[in-house]
Amino acid sequence: MAKQKKGIKPTLIWNSNWEYSPAPESAKPAAIAKKYELFIDGKWQQPVEKGYFKTINPATEEVLSDVATASKKDVDKAVTAARNAYEKYWRKLSGAERGKYIFRIARIMQERARELAITETLDGGKPIKESRDFDIPTAANHFFYYAGWADKLAYAFPNQKVSSLGVAGQITPWNFPLLMAAWKIAPALATGNTVVLKPAETTPLTTLKLAEIIQEADLPPGVVNIITGSGETGVMLTQHPNINKIAFTGSTEVGKLIQATLAGTSKKLTLELGGKGANIIFEDAPIDQAVEGVINGIFFNQGHVCCAGSRLYVQESIAKTFIAKLKDRLATLRVGDPMDKNTDIGAINSFQQLKSIQSYIEIGKKEGASFYQSKCKIPNQGYFCPPILFSNVAQSSRIAQEEIFGPVLCILTFRTEDEVIEKANNTPYGLSAGVWTDKGARIFNLTKRLRAGVIWANTYNLFDPVSPFGGYKESGFGREGGLHGLYPYVQLS
Amino acid sequence: MAGKKHLFNITILSHPPIDQTGTEERAAKFTKRSIKGPSKKQGLRMVLSMIDLTTLEGKDTPGKVSQLCTKAKQLHHQIPDLPRVAAICVYPSMVGIAKTALKGSDIKVASVATAFPSGQSSLRIKLSDTRLAIEQGADEIDMVISRGKFHSGEYNFVFDEIASIKEACGKARLKVILETGELGTLEQIRKASDIAMNAGADFIKTSTGKIQPAATMPVTLTMLEAIRDYYYKTGKMVGMKAAGGISKSKLALHYLVMVKETLGEAWLDKKWFRFGASSLANDVLMQVAKEEEGTYQSATYFSID
Repeated sequence: MAKQKKGIKPTLIWNSNWEYSPAPESAKPAAIAKKYELFIDGKWQQPVEKGYFKTINPATEEVLSDVATASKKDVDKAVTAARNAYEKYWRKLSGAERGKYIFRIARIMQERARELAITETLDGGKPIKESRDFDIPTAANHFFYYAGWADKLAYAFPNQKVSSLGVAGQITPWNFPLLMAAWKIAPALATGNTVVLKPAETTPLTTLKLAEIIQEADLPPGVVNIITGSGETGVMLTQHPNINKIAFTGSTEVGKLIQATLAGTSKKLTLELGGKGANIIFEDAPIDQAVEGVINGIFFNQGHVCCAGSRLYVQESIAKTFIAKLKDRLATLRVGDPMDKNTDIGAINSFQQLKSIQSYIEIGKKEGASFYQSKCKIPNQGYFCPPILFSNVAQSSRIAQEEIFGPVLCILTFRTEDEVIEKANNTPYGLSAGVWTDKGARIFNLTKRLRAGVIWANTYNLFDPVSPFGGYKESGFGREGGLHGLYPYVQLS
Repeated sequence: MAGKKHLFNITILSHPPIDQTGTEERAAKFTKRSIKGPSKKQGLRMVLSMIDLTTLEGKDTPGKVSQLCTKAKQLHHQIPDLPRVAAICVYPSMVGIAKTALKGSDIKVASVATAFPSGQSSLRIKLSDTRLAIEQGADEIDMVISRGKFHSGEYNFVFDEIASIKEACGKARLKVILETGELGTLEQIRKASDIAMNAGADFIKTSTGKIQPAATMPVTLTMLEAIRDYYYKTGKMVGMKAAGGISKSKLALHYLVMVKETLGEAWLDKKWFRFGASSLANDVLMQVAKEEEGTYQSATYFSID
């Protein structure tokens, strides 16, 4: 039996003689076109001002495609098309008929799942494992789920008259491009609204493929319009007078601007903004599973997750053990080529985001937190950031207060239940939280007192179309998913 | 460790809670690793080298056992550079036969003992069962714990029994079979693992192969995590043997991924990780042949001992 020599701390060896050989997914099935135009009124249309921008692969910095920039005239055309489609076809269709179209979209998404997954990974940098097993299947599930509601709205809102709103303007972020488009389009269509959607500038491709799918599903022209462009195009959409509802997912900063723009108008608004989720580990937690949950909570999708568990609160009695276990787990996370099936952490979505993360790392170091970064090799090309743990972080540190939106975990400690509830709520955000404990009563106490839209117990980052998602405070308002996700798209009387 | 007395201590039972759903999710993640090309070739050979080729039947005869030993020494005569399996695993009465048949090779002889598989006998009988195997030359003893006593909460009885068998083993390495299929929950499996390791187990082992379910990935993961915590606490390495239910090479590779990512490089060795299996070897051989030749060979090209 191997015995340790006195005074030598037992350590596990993570460098192995048995390494996983590259297992790259093929880029071919993505079949990305050289150029994408605007999808307006059921047709692909050139932008009026003929401007295009490039979308790149953040893992290689190679150009994937040229995508049209929608100007004010294009936004007008799209909104008009959506209005006409609403008046002419969509509002007159029965719920069952609308449901048929939505089911069809869901099925075609499943048929083209591999193509969509590869495209999502190429355009956004997320590991193929995640786009294949999470993004695309969950997006299809959202369409399936809301297709089911289309003819059952009377049961969703008993004893009330349900009417649609009209044209919905929707703006999606770059972290879960196709999934967020599904979250927004599916409930809008199910409730009888038509849509103009603008995907994020850095990740438009899967949403454009969704436009192809919508065309293939033979939706009446103009029911869904996809326009691409930068934040400016988004502003034009939110300011457009002929729109009845705006749904936005993105940063709190932009969300506040949109809310100011919409003040005094009759437009309905839902905002799904930033977060600084508290993941709370009590000393009686299932430790090894909690370590896994913390890793999944912060490093899923490179930490580009608004509900990421970016603030870790560990009860002081187990903090040392817990952090040691986190470091061990960090050693087995594989950072690199997002197309490799064994990659756990892919590329940072854009150069701009990488710079922002790096500036927070410097802030954290200056604030005196203990810095630990996984020692893995990263590719020479592309935007990569190995996972980081900051321990000895204080509530007053900027890295504990501001959303970093990257693979950076801040670790704080606590002593009592009351203390951790107070600390967890001590943030302008209120999107998500996690509680890890073996005591059921404690779970109920915390879920009652934590001000967060989503609270997970003994798990993290688990999503289902049936479950509503949304925030408190500066994390936004309105819910997406579930029965609650229908409310923002209906008028009840 | 020999000669050192193992004493039961109540803190042995104070393990962290185990969340079943979380453990199952983690175990499922290992199966998402894609093992291709050179890493598959290397992994398959590693699996072969970790197999305890097993026959544990009432109808075992000297003929059957010596044929199995021949297979252990020569898994396939046409594939070059094949490793040999780690051990042959038999009943005590067959240890002498196996020992003779394997003379001159580095293949170990493991013997089940202690009123295998139920363990429903007295300590005196269990000790003499163990001594019988040791006298015949067994290099390793695979004992079973008293699950009845465990379920009655007599943890110190289970502990003392393991410690006594460990003493009787002398230089032979002791594998302690928890029979996880009879323990009910992952928490119980964790508790039994901690008792066994503290009582002197050199290996902890999932199953006898006589009870369903036998080895599963969540169960094995729970035991690997127990081994990890014990190593951090004491600095002592304890081996792991997953037995029963692993008959396909793909699943065996998933197990290796789990070992690699839970305990690291040191455990990726037949000294610290074993598969207890009777039909796994041929499936691995077929895969190795496929990697060499590029096409699958007919099953008739692989000997069935």
